[in-house]
Amino acid sequence: MRRVPRGVMVAAGVVYVFLHAPLVALMVFSFNDSKFAATWTGFTLEWYRRLFERDDILEGLRRSLVVGLVATAAATVFGTLIALALDRHRFRGRRTVESVLYLPLVTPEIIMGISLLSLFGLVGFPLGIGSVTVAHIAFCISFVTVVVGARLRGMDRHLEEAAMMLGADEWGAFWKVTVPQLLPGIVAGALLAFTMSFDDYVITSFVSGTGSATLPVVVYGMVRRNIEPSINAISTIIIVVTSLLLYLADRLQADRRLPSTVPPPSRRNH
Amino acid sequence: MTRRRRLLAWFARRPGATAAAMLGPGLAWLLLFFLVPIGLMLVYSTMRRGTYGGFVPGFTLEHYRRFFDPLYLDILRRTVVWSLACTVACLVVGYPVAYVIARAGRWRQLLLFLVVLPFWTSFLVRTFAMIFLLRDSGLVNGILLALGLIDQPLALLYTPLAVTLGLVYGFLPLMILPIYASLEKLDHSLLEAAEVLGARPRARFFQVIFPLSLPGVAAGCLLTFIPALGSFLTSDLLGGAKQVMIGNLIQNQFTVARNWPFGSAAAFVVMGLVLVAVLGYLRRRDVGELVR
Repeated sequence: MRRVPRGVMVAAGVVYVFLHAPLVALMVFSFNDSKFAATWTGFTLEWYRRLFERDDILEGLRRSLVVGLVATAAATVFGTLIALALDRHRFRGRRTVESVLYLPLVTPEIIMGISLLSLFGLVGFPLGIGSVTVAHIAFCISFVTVVVGARLRGMDRHLEEAAMMLGADEWGAFWKVTVPQLLPGIVAGALLAFTMSFDDYVITSFVSGTGSATLPVVVYGMVRRNIEPSINAISTIIIVVTSLLLYLADRLQADRRLPSTVPPPSRRNH
Repeated sequence: MTRRRRLLAWFARRPGATAAAMLGPGLAWLLLFFLVPIGLMLVYSTMRRGTYGGFVPGFTLEHYRRFFDPLYLDILRRTVVWSLACTVACLVVGYPVAYVIARAGRWRQLLLFLVVLPFWTSFLVRTFAMIFLLRDSGLVNGILLALGLIDQPLALLYTPLAVTLGLVYGFLPLMILPIYASLEKLDHSLLEAAEVLGARPRARFFQVIFPLSLPGVAAGCLLTFIPALGSFLTSDLLGGAKQVMIGNLIQNQFTVARNWPFGSAAAFVVMGLVLVAVLGYLRRRDVGELVR
Protein backbone atom coordinates (compact mmCIF):
# COMPACT_ATOMS: atom_id res chain seq x y z
CA MET A 1 0.00 0.00 0.00
CA ARG A 2 1.38 3.34 -0.98
CA ARG A 3 0.88 5.97 1.69
CA VAL A 4 -2.83 5.89 2.27
CA PRO A 5 -3.89 7.66 5.49
CA ARG A 6 -5.08 5.28 8.14
CA GLY A 7 -8.49 6.96 8.38
CA VAL A 8 -9.12 6.44 4.68
CA MET A 9 -8.13 2.79 4.96
CA VAL A 10 -10.52 2.25 7.83
CA ALA A 11 -13.34 4.01 5.96
CA ALA A 12 -12.76 1.79 2.93
CA GLY A 13 -12.71 -1.27 5.15
CA VAL A 14 -16.06 -0.33 6.65
CA VAL A 15 -17.51 0.06 3.16
CA TYR A 16 -16.30 -3.41 2.20
CA VAL A 17 -18.02 -4.80 5.28
CA PHE A 18 -21.17 -2.88 4.34
CA LEU A 19 -21.04 -4.39 0.83
CA HIS A 20 -20.52 -7.98 1.89
CA ALA A 21 -21.85 -8.49 5.40
CA PRO A 22 -25.56 -8.42 4.45
CA LEU A 23 -25.06 -11.12 1.84
CA VAL A 24 -22.89 -13.23 4.09
CA ALA A 25 -25.46 -12.97 6.89
CA LEU A 26 -28.18 -13.94 4.45
CA MET A 27 -26.26 -17.03 3.41
CA VAL A 28 -25.30 -18.06 6.94
CA PHE A 29 -28.90 -17.87 8.11
CA SER A 30 -30.07 -20.03 5.23
CA PHE A 31 -28.70 -22.89 7.34
CA ASN A 32 -30.39 -21.71 10.52
CA ASP A 33 -32.77 -24.07 12.23
CA SER A 34 -35.19 -21.37 13.36
CA LYS A 35 -37.96 -19.84 11.32
CA PHE A 36 -37.44 -16.53 13.08
CA ALA A 37 -34.10 -15.72 11.73
CA ALA A 38 -32.73 -13.22 14.23
CA THR A 39 -30.96 -15.76 16.39
CA TRP A 40 -28.92 -18.81 15.55
CA THR A 41 -30.45 -22.00 16.86
CA GLY A 42 -28.72 -24.76 14.95
CA PHE A 43 -27.68 -26.08 11.56
CA THR A 44 -30.20 -27.42 9.05
CA LEU A 45 -30.61 -28.08 5.34
CA GLU A 46 -34.38 -28.09 5.71
CA TRP A 47 -34.91 -24.84 3.75
CA TYR A 48 -32.96 -26.21 0.81
CA ARG A 49 -34.97 -29.40 0.89
CA ARG A 50 -38.17 -27.39 0.79
CA LEU A 51 -37.00 -25.51 -2.30
CA PHE A 52 -36.97 -28.71 -4.28
CA GLU A 53 -40.52 -29.48 -3.28
CA ARG A 54 -41.79 -26.26 -4.83
CA ASP A 55 -42.82 -26.68 -8.44
CA ASP A 56 -42.97 -22.92 -9.05
CA ILE A 57 -39.30 -22.56 -8.16
CA LEU A 58 -38.16 -25.49 -10.27
CA GLU A 59 -40.33 -24.36 -13.15
CA GLY A 60 -39.09 -20.76 -12.79
CA LEU A 61 -35.52 -21.99 -12.75
CA ARG A 62 -36.09 -24.00 -15.91
CA ARG A 63 -37.59 -20.94 -17.66
CA SER A 64 -34.77 -18.70 -16.49
CA LEU A 65 -32.20 -21.14 -17.88
CA VAL A 66 -33.95 -21.45 -21.24
CA VAL A 67 -34.44 -17.69 -21.61
CA GLY A 68 -30.91 -17.02 -20.40
CA LEU A 69 -29.29 -19.45 -22.84
CA VAL A 70 -31.28 -18.34 -25.88
CA ALA A 71 -30.96 -14.63 -25.09
CA THR A 72 -27.25 -14.98 -24.40
CA ALA A 73 -26.60 -16.84 -27.65
CA ALA A 74 -28.46 -14.28 -29.76
CA ALA A 75 -27.12 -11.21 -27.95
CA THR A 76 -23.57 -12.55 -28.13
CA VAL A 77 -23.75 -13.00 -31.89
CA PHE A 78 -25.41 -9.63 -32.49
CA GLY A 79 -23.24 -7.76 -30.02
CA THR A 80 -19.98 -9.27 -31.26
CA LEU A 81 -20.80 -8.46 -34.88
CA ILE A 82 -21.55 -4.85 -33.96
CA ALA A 83 -18.31 -4.58 -32.00
CA LEU A 84 -16.35 -5.96 -34.97
CA ALA A 85 -18.04 -3.57 -37.39
CA LEU A 86 -17.34 -0.59 -35.14
CA ASP A 87 -13.73 -1.67 -34.73
CA ARG A 88 -12.91 -2.26 -38.38
CA HIS A 89 -15.09 -0.03 -40.44
CA ARG A 90 -15.30 3.70 -40.72
CA PHE A 91 -18.72 4.70 -41.91
CA ARG A 92 -21.13 7.57 -41.83
CA GLY A 93 -23.55 7.54 -38.94
CA ARG A 94 -21.02 5.88 -36.68
CA ARG A 95 -21.73 8.30 -33.84
CA THR A 96 -25.44 7.61 -34.21
CA VAL A 97 -24.85 3.89 -34.03
CA GLU A 98 -22.76 4.35 -30.88
CA SER A 99 -25.45 6.50 -29.29
CA VAL A 100 -28.12 3.91 -30.05
CA LEU A 101 -25.85 1.32 -28.46
CA TYR A 102 -25.17 3.30 -25.31
CA LEU A 103 -28.72 4.49 -24.78
CA PRO A 104 -30.01 1.17 -23.41
CA LEU A 105 -27.20 1.28 -20.86
CA VAL A 106 -28.49 4.51 -19.33
CA THR A 107 -32.21 3.89 -19.70
CA PRO A 108 -33.96 2.93 -16.48
CA GLU A 109 -35.14 -0.65 -16.70
CA ILE A 110 -38.69 0.17 -15.79
CA ILE A 111 -38.93 2.31 -18.91
CA MET A 112 -37.65 -0.52 -21.09
CA GLY A 113 -40.16 -2.79 -19.39
CA ILE A 114 -43.28 -0.70 -19.90
CA SER A 115 -42.34 0.45 -23.40
CA LEU A 116 -41.86 -3.16 -24.50
CA LEU A 117 -45.14 -4.06 -22.86
CA SER A 118 -46.81 -1.27 -24.87
CA LEU A 119 -45.25 -2.55 -28.08
CA PHE A 120 -46.25 -6.16 -27.46
CA GLY A 121 -49.75 -4.98 -26.61
CA LEU A 122 -50.01 -2.93 -29.80
CA VAL A 123 -48.92 -5.66 -32.19
CA GLY A 124 -50.65 -8.43 -30.28
CA PHE A 125 -47.46 -10.30 -29.48
CA PRO A 126 -48.44 -12.89 -26.85
CA LEU A 127 -46.79 -12.37 -23.48
CA GLY A 128 -44.85 -15.36 -22.31
CA ILE A 129 -41.46 -16.94 -22.48
CA GLY A 130 -41.03 -15.70 -26.07
CA SER A 131 -41.62 -12.04 -25.26
CA VAL A 132 -39.30 -12.34 -22.26
CA THR A 133 -36.55 -13.72 -24.50
CA VAL A 134 -37.04 -10.93 -27.05
CA ALA A 135 -36.70 -8.33 -24.27
CA HIS A 136 -33.63 -9.97 -22.76
CA ILE A 137 -31.86 -10.07 -26.12
CA ALA A 138 -32.56 -6.34 -26.49
CA PHE A 139 -30.96 -5.37 -23.19
CA CYS A 140 -27.99 -7.74 -23.51
CA ILE A 141 -26.73 -6.66 -26.95
CA SER A 142 -25.15 -3.33 -25.98
CA PHE A 143 -23.47 -4.94 -23.10
CA VAL A 144 -21.80 -7.69 -25.14
CA THR A 145 -20.68 -5.01 -27.60
CA VAL A 146 -19.00 -3.03 -24.82
CA VAL A 147 -17.11 -6.05 -23.45
CA VAL A 148 -16.06 -7.42 -26.85
CA GLY A 149 -15.18 -3.91 -28.04
CA ALA A 150 -12.82 -3.48 -25.10
CA ARG A 151 -11.08 -6.71 -26.03
CA LEU A 152 -10.86 -5.69 -29.69
CA ARG A 153 -9.18 -2.41 -28.83
CA GLY A 154 -6.47 -4.31 -26.98
CA MET A 155 -5.86 -6.73 -29.85
CA ASP A 156 -2.98 -6.90 -32.26
CA ARG A 157 -4.10 -6.45 -35.86
CA HIS A 158 -0.68 -7.41 -37.18
CA LEU A 159 -1.27 -11.10 -36.56
CA GLU A 160 -4.22 -11.04 -38.90
CA GLU A 161 -2.22 -9.20 -41.54
CA ALA A 162 0.59 -11.70 -41.14
CA ALA A 163 -1.83 -14.59 -41.65
CA MET A 164 -3.08 -12.99 -44.84
CA MET A 165 0.42 -12.36 -46.09
CA LEU A 166 1.13 -16.03 -45.50
CA GLY A 167 -1.73 -16.92 -47.78
CA ALA A 168 -4.86 -17.09 -45.67
CA ASP A 169 -7.93 -15.49 -47.17
CA GLU A 170 -9.96 -13.05 -45.09
CA TRP A 171 -12.29 -15.80 -43.97
CA GLY A 172 -9.46 -18.08 -42.87
CA ALA A 173 -7.64 -15.26 -41.13
CA PHE A 174 -10.82 -14.29 -39.34
CA TRP A 175 -11.60 -17.79 -38.05
CA LYS A 176 -8.07 -18.97 -37.38
CA VAL A 177 -6.54 -15.77 -35.98
CA THR A 178 -9.11 -13.16 -35.02
CA VAL A 179 -11.71 -15.36 -33.37
CA PRO A 180 -9.31 -17.31 -31.15
CA GLN A 181 -7.79 -14.05 -29.97
CA LEU A 182 -11.19 -12.54 -29.39
CA LEU A 183 -12.70 -15.60 -27.76
CA PRO A 184 -12.02 -14.69 -24.11
CA GLY A 185 -13.80 -11.37 -24.66
CA ILE A 186 -16.73 -13.07 -26.35
CA VAL A 187 -17.04 -15.67 -23.60
CA ALA A 188 -16.79 -13.00 -20.90
CA GLY A 189 -19.48 -10.95 -22.62
CA ALA A 190 -21.67 -14.03 -22.91
CA LEU A 191 -21.23 -14.98 -19.25
CA LEU A 192 -22.13 -11.50 -18.11
CA ALA A 193 -25.08 -11.36 -20.49
CA PHE A 194 -26.31 -14.64 -19.06
CA THR A 195 -25.94 -13.31 -15.52
CA MET A 196 -27.98 -10.23 -16.39
CA SER A 197 -30.68 -12.23 -18.07
CA PHE A 198 -30.77 -14.75 -15.25
CA ASP A 199 -31.11 -11.96 -12.67
CA ASP A 200 -33.52 -9.67 -14.38
CA TYR A 201 -36.70 -9.00 -12.51
CA VAL A 202 -37.99 -5.59 -13.58
CA ILE A 203 -38.26 -5.95 -17.36
CA THR A 204 -39.32 -9.58 -17.07
CA SER A 205 -42.11 -8.76 -14.63
CA PHE A 206 -43.71 -6.48 -17.23
CA VAL A 207 -43.39 -8.67 -20.30
CA SER A 208 -43.85 -12.17 -18.89
CA GLY A 209 -47.62 -12.07 -18.52
CA THR A 210 -49.20 -14.61 -16.23
CA GLY A 211 -48.07 -18.17 -15.98
CA SER A 212 -44.54 -17.79 -17.25
CA ALA A 213 -42.70 -16.49 -14.21
CA THR A 214 -38.93 -16.79 -14.34
CA LEU A 215 -36.95 -17.49 -11.19
CA PRO A 216 -36.55 -13.82 -10.12
CA VAL A 217 -40.29 -13.27 -10.55
CA VAL A 218 -40.98 -16.27 -8.32
CA VAL A 219 -38.48 -15.02 -5.76
CA TYR A 220 -40.08 -11.57 -5.80
CA GLY A 221 -43.40 -13.21 -4.96
CA MET A 222 -41.74 -15.05 -2.07
CA VAL A 223 -40.22 -11.83 -0.75
CA ARG A 224 -43.55 -10.04 -1.03
CA ARG A 225 -45.51 -12.72 0.72
CA ASN A 226 -42.83 -12.89 3.31
CA ILE A 227 -40.46 -14.44 4.60
CA GLU A 228 -39.54 -17.90 5.40
CA PRO A 229 -35.94 -19.04 5.36
CA SER A 230 -36.48 -20.65 1.95
CA ILE A 231 -35.81 -17.21 0.50
CA ASN A 232 -32.43 -17.24 2.20
CA ALA A 233 -31.76 -20.63 0.67
CA ILE A 234 -32.70 -19.67 -2.89
CA SER A 235 -30.80 -16.37 -2.45
CA THR A 236 -27.74 -18.30 -1.38
CA ILE A 237 -27.92 -20.46 -4.48
CA ILE A 238 -28.31 -17.39 -6.69
CA ILE A 239 -25.40 -15.61 -4.99
CA VAL A 240 -23.11 -18.62 -5.38
CA VAL A 241 -24.02 -19.20 -9.03
CA THR A 242 -23.66 -15.55 -10.09
CA SER A 243 -20.40 -15.23 -8.16
CA LEU A 244 -18.96 -18.21 -9.99
CA LEU A 245 -20.05 -16.84 -13.37
CA LEU A 246 -18.60 -13.44 -12.56
CA TYR A 247 -15.36 -15.01 -11.39
CA LEU A 248 -15.04 -16.92 -14.67
CA ALA A 249 -15.82 -13.79 -16.69
CA ASP A 250 -13.29 -11.82 -14.68
CA ARG A 251 -10.55 -14.41 -15.28
CA LEU A 252 -11.22 -14.22 -19.00
CA GLN A 253 -10.91 -10.47 -19.31
CA ALA A 254 -7.74 -9.59 -21.10
CA ASP A 255 -6.63 -6.26 -19.70
CA ARG A 256 -6.12 -6.79 -16.03
CA ARG A 257 -5.75 -3.12 -15.26
CA LEU A 258 -9.15 -1.95 -16.41
CA PRO A 259 -12.25 -2.54 -14.40
CA SER A 260 -13.53 -4.37 -17.39
CA THR A 261 -16.35 -5.99 -15.53
CA VAL A 262 -17.90 -2.56 -15.18
CA PRO A 263 -21.55 -3.30 -15.41
CA PRO A 264 -23.70 -1.33 -17.70
CA PRO A 265 -25.39 1.42 -15.78
CA SER A 266 -29.04 0.93 -16.43
CA ARG A 267 -28.95 -2.81 -16.18
CA ARG A 268 -28.66 -2.76 -12.46
CA ASN A 269 -31.30 -0.28 -11.64
CA HIS A 270 -34.47 -1.76 -10.42
CA MET B 1 -13.54 -19.72 -57.56
CA THR B 2 -15.75 -21.29 -55.00
CA ARG B 3 -18.98 -19.59 -54.06
CA ARG B 4 -17.55 -18.67 -50.71
CA ARG B 5 -14.60 -16.94 -52.33
CA ARG B 6 -16.86 -15.10 -54.71
CA LEU B 7 -19.04 -13.97 -51.87
CA LEU B 8 -16.01 -12.85 -49.86
CA ALA B 9 -14.61 -11.01 -52.85
CA TRP B 10 -17.95 -9.29 -53.32
CA PHE B 11 -17.94 -8.12 -49.71
CA ALA B 12 -14.26 -7.21 -49.83
CA ARG B 13 -14.98 -4.77 -52.63
CA ARG B 14 -17.85 -3.25 -50.67
CA PRO B 15 -16.78 -2.36 -47.14
CA GLY B 16 -20.08 -0.55 -46.69
CA ALA B 17 -22.04 -3.72 -47.36
CA THR B 18 -19.82 -5.67 -44.99
CA ALA B 19 -20.37 -3.18 -42.20
CA ALA B 20 -24.10 -3.16 -42.87
CA ALA B 21 -24.26 -6.96 -42.76
CA MET B 22 -22.48 -6.99 -39.42
CA LEU B 23 -24.41 -4.15 -37.87
CA GLY B 24 -27.75 -5.06 -39.38
CA PRO B 25 -29.15 -7.81 -37.16
CA GLY B 26 -28.18 -6.26 -33.83
CA LEU B 27 -29.16 -2.73 -34.74
CA ALA B 28 -32.45 -3.90 -36.21
CA TRP B 29 -33.18 -5.66 -32.93
CA LEU B 30 -32.35 -2.54 -30.92
CA LEU B 31 -34.42 -0.43 -33.26
CA LEU B 32 -37.45 -2.71 -33.06
CA PHE B 33 -37.31 -3.59 -29.40
CA PHE B 34 -35.74 -0.53 -27.87
CA LEU B 35 -36.15 2.65 -29.93
CA VAL B 36 -39.57 1.95 -31.41
CA PRO B 37 -41.09 1.07 -28.01
CA ILE B 38 -39.68 4.26 -26.47
CA GLY B 39 -41.16 6.29 -29.34
CA LEU B 40 -44.41 4.45 -28.92
CA MET B 41 -44.44 5.37 -25.27
CA LEU B 42 -44.13 9.04 -26.20
CA VAL B 43 -47.09 8.73 -28.55
CA TYR B 44 -49.14 6.84 -25.99
CA SER B 45 -48.46 9.45 -23.35
CA THR B 46 -50.39 11.97 -25.45
CA MET B 47 -53.38 9.73 -26.10
CA ARG B 48 -56.60 9.48 -24.17
CA ARG B 49 -57.24 6.65 -21.83
CA GLY B 50 -59.91 4.15 -22.82
CA THR B 51 -62.77 3.37 -20.49
CA TYR B 52 -61.40 -0.07 -19.73
CA GLY B 53 -57.74 0.86 -19.83
CA GLY B 54 -55.72 0.94 -23.03
CA PHE B 55 -55.69 3.86 -25.42
CA VAL B 56 -58.13 5.86 -27.47
CA PRO B 57 -56.89 7.91 -30.43
CA GLY B 58 -56.77 11.65 -29.95
CA PHE B 59 -54.10 14.07 -28.85
CA THR B 60 -54.08 15.38 -25.31
CA LEU B 61 -51.61 16.77 -22.85
CA GLU B 62 -53.83 16.05 -19.86
CA HIS B 63 -51.53 13.35 -18.54
CA TYR B 64 -48.61 15.73 -18.38
CA ARG B 65 -50.84 18.40 -16.87
CA ARG B 66 -51.96 15.92 -14.28
CA PHE B 67 -48.39 15.66 -13.19
CA PHE B 68 -48.60 19.14 -11.70
CA ASP B 69 -51.16 17.86 -9.24
CA PRO B 70 -49.52 18.29 -5.79
CA LEU B 71 -49.81 14.55 -5.16
CA TYR B 72 -47.61 13.68 -8.13
CA LEU B 73 -45.29 16.65 -7.78
CA ASP B 74 -44.67 15.39 -4.29
CA ILE B 75 -43.70 11.96 -5.63
CA LEU B 76 -41.45 13.57 -8.21
CA ARG B 77 -39.81 15.77 -5.59
CA ARG B 78 -39.25 12.81 -3.29
CA THR B 79 -37.75 10.78 -6.13
CA VAL B 80 -35.31 13.53 -7.06
CA VAL B 81 -34.38 14.25 -3.42
CA TRP B 82 -33.76 10.58 -2.61
CA SER B 83 -31.80 10.04 -5.80
CA LEU B 84 -29.63 13.06 -4.98
CA ALA B 85 -29.20 11.87 -1.40
CA CYS B 86 -28.19 8.46 -2.70
CA THR B 87 -25.72 10.05 -5.13
CA VAL B 88 -24.11 12.25 -2.48
CA ALA B 89 -23.92 9.39 0.01
CA CYS B 90 -22.36 7.13 -2.62
CA LEU B 91 -19.80 9.82 -3.43
CA VAL B 92 -18.83 10.35 0.21
CA VAL B 93 -18.70 6.64 0.95
CA GLY B 94 -17.29 5.52 -2.39
CA TYR B 95 -14.44 7.97 -2.89
CA PRO B 96 -12.21 6.58 -0.12
CA VAL B 97 -12.73 3.07 -1.48
CA ALA B 98 -11.77 4.12 -5.01
CA TYR B 99 -8.74 5.91 -3.58
CA VAL B 100 -7.59 2.88 -1.65
CA ILE B 101 -8.07 0.56 -4.63
CA ALA B 102 -6.09 2.88 -6.91
CA ARG B 103 -3.16 2.72 -4.51
CA ALA B 104 -3.44 -0.90 -3.52
CA GLY B 105 -0.66 -2.24 -5.72
CA ARG B 106 -0.94 -5.98 -6.14
CA TRP B 107 -4.16 -6.17 -4.14
CA ARG B 108 -5.88 -3.92 -6.63
CA GLN B 109 -7.42 -6.66 -8.74
CA LEU B 110 -8.84 -8.46 -5.73
CA LEU B 111 -10.27 -5.29 -4.21
CA LEU B 112 -11.90 -4.37 -7.51
CA PHE B 113 -13.39 -7.81 -7.81
CA LEU B 114 -14.81 -7.51 -4.30
CA VAL B 115 -16.54 -4.27 -5.27
CA VAL B 116 -18.04 -5.75 -8.41
CA LEU B 117 -19.01 -9.08 -6.86
CA PRO B 118 -22.01 -8.06 -4.74
CA PHE B 119 -23.05 -5.77 -7.54
CA TRP B 120 -23.57 -8.67 -9.90
CA THR B 121 -25.64 -10.56 -7.43
CA SER B 122 -29.31 -10.19 -8.21
CA PHE B 123 -30.65 -6.80 -7.14
CA LEU B 124 -33.66 -8.58 -5.73
CA VAL B 125 -31.48 -10.74 -3.51
CA ARG B 126 -29.54 -7.71 -2.33
CA THR B 127 -32.75 -5.87 -1.52
CA PHE B 128 -33.94 -8.89 0.40
CA ALA B 129 -30.65 -8.83 2.29
CA MET B 130 -31.55 -5.33 3.43
CA ILE B 131 -34.98 -6.51 4.57
CA PHE B 132 -33.32 -9.37 6.38
CA LEU B 133 -31.12 -6.91 8.27
CA LEU B 134 -33.61 -4.14 8.93
CA ARG B 135 -36.95 -5.76 9.69
CA ASP B 136 -38.31 -5.92 13.22
CA SER B 137 -37.11 -9.48 13.69
CA GLY B 138 -34.04 -8.75 11.60
CA LEU B 139 -30.39 -9.08 12.39
CA VAL B 140 -29.73 -5.46 13.39
CA ASN B 141 -32.59 -5.42 15.86
CA GLY B 142 -31.63 -8.88 17.04
CA ILE B 143 -28.09 -7.78 17.81
CA LEU B 144 -29.18 -4.55 19.49
CA LEU B 145 -31.70 -6.45 21.61
CA ALA B 146 -29.17 -9.10 22.55
CA LEU B 147 -26.72 -6.40 23.60
CA GLY B 148 -29.41 -4.82 25.69
CA LEU B 149 -29.10 -1.50 23.91
CA ILE B 150 -32.83 -1.39 23.15
CA ASP B 151 -35.89 -2.92 24.80
CA GLN B 152 -38.02 -3.35 21.74
CA PRO B 153 -37.23 -3.51 18.02
CA LEU B 154 -36.60 -0.23 16.25
CA ALA B 155 -38.81 0.45 13.25
CA LEU B 156 -36.06 0.52 10.63
CA LEU B 157 -37.82 -0.98 7.65
CA TYR B 158 -40.40 1.02 5.65
CA THR B 159 -38.70 4.30 6.40
CA PRO B 160 -37.00 6.83 4.10
CA LEU B 161 -33.75 5.79 5.73
CA ALA B 162 -34.27 2.18 4.65
CA VAL B 163 -34.93 3.26 1.06
CA THR B 164 -31.88 5.50 0.91
CA LEU B 165 -29.75 2.78 2.45
CA GLY B 166 -31.09 0.29 -0.08
CA LEU B 167 -30.33 2.66 -2.96
CA VAL B 168 -26.80 3.25 -1.71
CA TYR B 169 -26.29 -0.46 -1.23
CA GLY B 170 -27.56 -1.07 -4.74
CA PHE B 171 -25.62 1.56 -6.66
CA LEU B 172 -22.41 2.19 -4.72
CA PRO B 173 -20.18 0.25 -7.14
CA LEU B 174 -21.38 2.50 -9.95
CA MET B 175 -19.75 5.39 -8.10
CA ILE B 176 -16.59 3.56 -7.06
CA LEU B 177 -15.61 2.14 -10.45
CA PRO B 178 -15.44 5.37 -12.52
CA ILE B 179 -13.68 7.27 -9.73
CA TYR B 180 -11.21 4.44 -9.47
CA ALA B 181 -10.69 4.53 -13.24
CA SER B 182 -9.78 8.22 -13.19
CA LEU B 183 -7.60 7.93 -10.08
CA GLU B 184 -5.79 5.04 -11.67
CA LYS B 185 -4.86 7.15 -14.69
CA LEU B 186 -3.47 9.88 -12.49
CA ASP B 187 0.03 10.95 -13.41
CA HIS B 188 2.17 10.40 -10.33
CA SER B 189 4.84 12.85 -11.43
CA LEU B 190 2.30 15.59 -10.75
CA LEU B 191 2.04 14.43 -7.17
CA GLU B 192 5.78 14.31 -6.83
CA ALA B 193 5.98 17.81 -8.28
CA ALA B 194 3.43 19.02 -5.73
CA GLU B 195 5.41 17.36 -2.96
CA VAL B 196 8.71 18.82 -4.11
CA LEU B 197 7.07 22.23 -4.24
CA GLY B 198 6.12 21.80 -0.60
CA ALA B 199 2.43 20.87 -0.73
CA ARG B 200 1.27 19.04 2.37
CA PRO B 201 -0.75 15.83 1.98
CA ARG B 202 -4.04 17.65 2.47
CA ALA B 203 -3.17 20.25 -0.16
CA ARG B 204 -1.91 17.54 -2.49
CA PHE B 205 -5.26 15.85 -2.24
CA PHE B 206 -7.53 18.86 -2.57
CA GLN B 207 -5.45 20.76 -5.12
CA VAL B 208 -4.10 17.95 -7.27
CA ILE B 209 -5.74 14.56 -6.80
CA PHE B 210 -9.36 15.54 -6.34
CA PRO B 211 -9.52 18.02 -9.26
CA LEU B 212 -7.92 15.45 -11.54
CA SER B 213 -10.43 12.81 -10.51
CA LEU B 214 -13.40 15.04 -11.33
CA PRO B 215 -14.17 13.26 -14.63
CA GLY B 216 -14.61 10.06 -12.67
CA VAL B 217 -16.67 11.82 -10.04
CA ALA B 218 -18.94 13.28 -12.73
CA ALA B 219 -19.37 9.92 -14.42
CA GLY B 220 -19.98 8.20 -11.10
CA CYS B 221 -22.62 10.74 -10.08
CA LEU B 222 -24.41 10.33 -13.39
CA LEU B 223 -24.25 6.55 -13.25
CA THR B 224 -25.65 6.55 -9.73
CA PHE B 225 -28.26 9.24 -10.16
CA ILE B 226 -29.90 7.79 -13.27
CA PRO B 227 -30.72 4.32 -11.97
CA ALA B 228 -31.79 5.79 -8.63
CA LEU B 229 -34.30 7.98 -10.49
CA GLY B 230 -35.83 5.01 -12.23
CA SER B 231 -35.68 2.59 -9.32
CA PHE B 232 -38.81 1.07 -7.98
CA LEU B 233 -37.88 -2.26 -6.46
CA THR B 234 -36.05 -0.57 -3.58
CA SER B 235 -38.91 1.69 -2.54
CA ASP B 236 -41.37 -1.09 -3.29
CA LEU B 237 -39.78 -3.54 -0.88
CA LEU B 238 -38.03 -1.29 1.64
CA GLY B 239 -40.31 1.74 1.61
CA GLY B 240 -43.73 0.22 2.11
CA ALA B 241 -46.87 1.96 0.98
CA LYS B 242 -46.00 5.47 2.09
CA GLN B 243 -42.59 5.90 0.49
CA VAL B 244 -43.60 5.92 -3.15
CA MET B 245 -41.11 6.89 -5.87
CA ILE B 246 -41.94 7.69 -9.45
CA GLY B 247 -40.97 4.17 -10.48
CA ASN B 248 -43.71 2.81 -8.24
CA LEU B 249 -46.17 5.25 -9.74
CA ILE B 250 -45.32 4.08 -13.25
CA GLN B 251 -45.52 0.43 -12.29
CA ASN B 252 -48.85 1.01 -10.59
CA GLN B 253 -50.32 2.74 -13.63
CA PHE B 254 -49.36 -0.20 -15.81
CA THR B 255 -50.56 -2.93 -13.47
CA VAL B 256 -53.20 -1.94 -10.93
CA ALA B 257 -54.58 1.40 -12.10
CA ARG B 258 -54.41 0.40 -15.77
CA ASN B 259 -53.94 3.98 -16.90
CA TRP B 260 -51.27 3.36 -19.50
CA PRO B 261 -51.23 6.87 -20.99
CA PHE B 262 -50.59 8.46 -17.61
CA GLY B 263 -48.00 5.79 -16.82
CA SER B 264 -46.30 6.51 -20.15
CA ALA B 265 -46.30 10.24 -19.39
CA ALA B 266 -44.74 9.60 -16.00
CA ALA B 267 -42.14 7.35 -17.62
CA PHE B 268 -41.39 10.07 -20.10
CA VAL B 269 -40.87 12.57 -17.31
CA VAL B 270 -38.24 10.18 -15.91
CA MET B 271 -36.72 9.75 -19.36
CA GLY B 272 -36.64 13.54 -19.67
CA LEU B 273 -34.78 13.87 -16.37
CA VAL B 274 -32.35 11.17 -17.49
CA LEU B 275 -31.75 12.96 -20.78
CA VAL B 276 -31.18 16.27 -18.99
CA ALA B 277 -28.59 14.56 -16.78
CA VAL B 278 -26.91 12.82 -19.72
CA LEU B 279 -26.89 15.93 -21.90
CA GLY B 280 -25.46 17.99 -19.06
CA TYR B 281 -22.71 15.40 -18.84
CA LEU B 282 -22.24 15.21 -22.60
CA ARG B 283 -21.61 18.94 -22.88
CA ARG B 284 -18.26 18.13 -21.37
CA ARG B 285 -17.56 14.50 -22.16
CA ASP B 286 -18.13 11.57 -24.45
CA VAL B 287 -20.77 9.14 -23.27
CA GLY B 288 -18.49 6.29 -24.31
CA GLU B 289 -16.27 7.18 -21.36
CA LEU B 290 -19.02 5.98 -19.10
CA VAL B 291 -18.85 2.41 -20.16
CA ARG B 292 -15.23 1.93 -21.12
